[in-house]
Amino acid sequence: MTPALSNDTLSFAFLKEKAHQLRRNMLVQAAGKGQGYLGQGLGLAEFFSVLYFHELKYDPQDPHAENRDRFYMSTGHYSIALWAVLAEIGYIPKDMLPTYGADESPLEMSTIEGRVPGVEMTGGSLGHGLGIAVGAALGLRLKGSQSRVFVETSDGELQEGSTWEAATAAAAFKCDNLVAFLDCNGIQADGMLVVPIEPVADKWRAFGWDVFEIDGNSLEQLVGAMQWARATRGKPKMVVMRTKPGKGIARLEAREQAHFIRVDADEWDLISRELEQENA
Amino acid sequence: MPKGQTLGMGELETVENRPFETAPFAKGAIAANEKRDDIVVLTADLGKYTDVYPFRDRFPDRFYNVGMAEQALVTVAAGLSRTGWTAYCTTYGAFATRRAHDFLAIACAHGGANVKMFAGNPGLTTGYGGTHQAIEDLALMRAVPDMTVIDPCDATEMRQIAEQAGEIDGTVYCRLLRGNVPVVFDPATYKFELGKAKRFGDGADIGFISTGFMTERCLDAARDLARMGVKASVLHCATIKPFDRDGVAEFAASVDKVVTAENHVLIGGLTSVVLDALQEASILKPMLKIGIPDRFIECGSIPYLQNKYGLTAERVRDSVADWLGVRAEAAE
Repeated sequence: MTPALSNDTLSFAFLKEKAHQLRRNMLVQAAGKGQGYLGQGLGLAEFFSVLYFHELKYDPQDPHAENRDRFYMSTGHYSIALWAVLAEIGYIPKDMLPTYGADESPLEMSTIEGRVPGVEMTGGSLGHGLGIAVGAALGLRLKGSQSRVFVETSDGELQEGSTWEAATAAAAFKCDNLVAFLDCNGIQADGMLVVPIEPVADKWRAFGWDVFEIDGNSLEQLVGAMQWARATRGKPKMVVMRTKPGKGIARLEAREQAHFIRVDADEWDLISRELEQENA
Repeated sequence: MPKGQTLGMGELETVENRPFETAPFAKGAIAANEKRDDIVVLTADLGKYTDVYPFRDRFPDRFYNVGMAEQALVTVAAGLSRTGWTAYCTTYGAFATRRAHDFLAIACAHGGANVKMFAGNPGLTTGYGGTHQAIEDLALMRAVPDMTVIDPCDATEMRQIAEQAGEIDGTVYCRLLRGNVPVVFDPATYKFELGKAKRFGDGADIGFISTGFMTERCLDAARDLARMGVKASVLHCATIKPFDRDGVAEFAASVDKVVTAENHVLIGGLTSVVLDALQEASILKPMLKIGIPDRFIECGSIPYLQNKYGLTAERVRDSVADWLGVRAEAAE
């Protein structure tokens, strides 16, 4: 059972390279289509690097290994980021990436459980992931399993009432094997967040969670949050991640409408060059 | 029909002229877990009113009450199923199918989650009005892909389904009969089979096709009609999906006239699926449809409401007698 990198051999250079590679994998997908949820994916490259190459326990040979940690990505429309990392760990072939969003490709614009190894839930109808994660946390605890449950949710998703039902349940049942990550990227379908949601950290504390707030594009802070989540006991844990949509490519970071990015055909080379330059 | 009073919350309806069993769902769920040891029961602040406390008392570490939060009820169950458990949920059908519909469809049915929703207060089994009466739940659940839908008739069937639900693949929506539930089927001989309709009697003048507790009423009405010279038989369709299309077509072909009867609106429930099945088999029969009208129903006592909306055995008998032009009084 991995993680590929244990704490003993923690290498930020390695995690940085993985984040870079994840971004490359995302560009390969988006380039085929000229559009997609690229901004969100790029903003989470560091998170996925630290999660899959440092913290999450999984079996590269067996996506269904009984003693794996569970990762639920509630925002199914971030599938571009999940396909990037599942290709990087070998669950899907890398040459499948350009088929993202194409008819009959399993790499759909939103995650569908059962079609791609490593997808633990059907995301996309927002407000599902946290409740499923609470149930999985209870289920693993009932079995006496040491596996943990990780779940990604987003600032926009906090507008869904079901999120708060799940938040209440997690605290009521003291799910301390549950670690949630809140992607605060400030955007939703209609643009910048259309209703105020701050102060998010205080809200989660008020719901009985332990909360840790970080720069979600900082590998060091993400690793620190993982260590914090291992150490604290008794309550469910929320890592509030401030992320930048389009992170890693200046021309995309600057776009206001980063929820669903469209890129002109002649821009792709420029974008790829920018990515390589920024990570040189 | 004398006017009565809406029952207080949790008060049990009395069962007259028929044996009854108390909390058959709990007995079935306990028996299931004694056999399988993989059942977790969840409820949303309706434990007392959905007969789950006997299970909680027997298996305290296999029970969660999430509070008034049907979306959490269903997603938490979906998460439990993803870690290998069979999740039994209870709430009222109105809340399960209206409030938590997206979660039953996407978090459960879409991935084939091993979640079994037992939904109380089906149709006019509560006097609490349109908010609490699940009168269109079968239609809503039947339309969800990969969802199994069941409407049991009595205590015998309720207990058997609770005992067997874990053996049904994927997500199940089953109406829950709670409290003092009449025993219509002999537990020694009746066997619930998923997707299989059961015929009672061989009368060919009238063929009742019914689901849920309407089968009890149709069986009683058929006995009364026999005294009036009308020979009837009853086909009980507990499973609405997958539906026994062949069984229904064969039954309808064997009778002169068909009467459908359901504790549900006449949109999208049993009557609709029967009509689909008969059309596909090119069977056209004179048909009387008995069900709840297309409107929200008021509060009231249960006998009053069931009588007013034609769901009692007497009203079924009279409706059929009127339809046939025979005198209902002959049966008295």
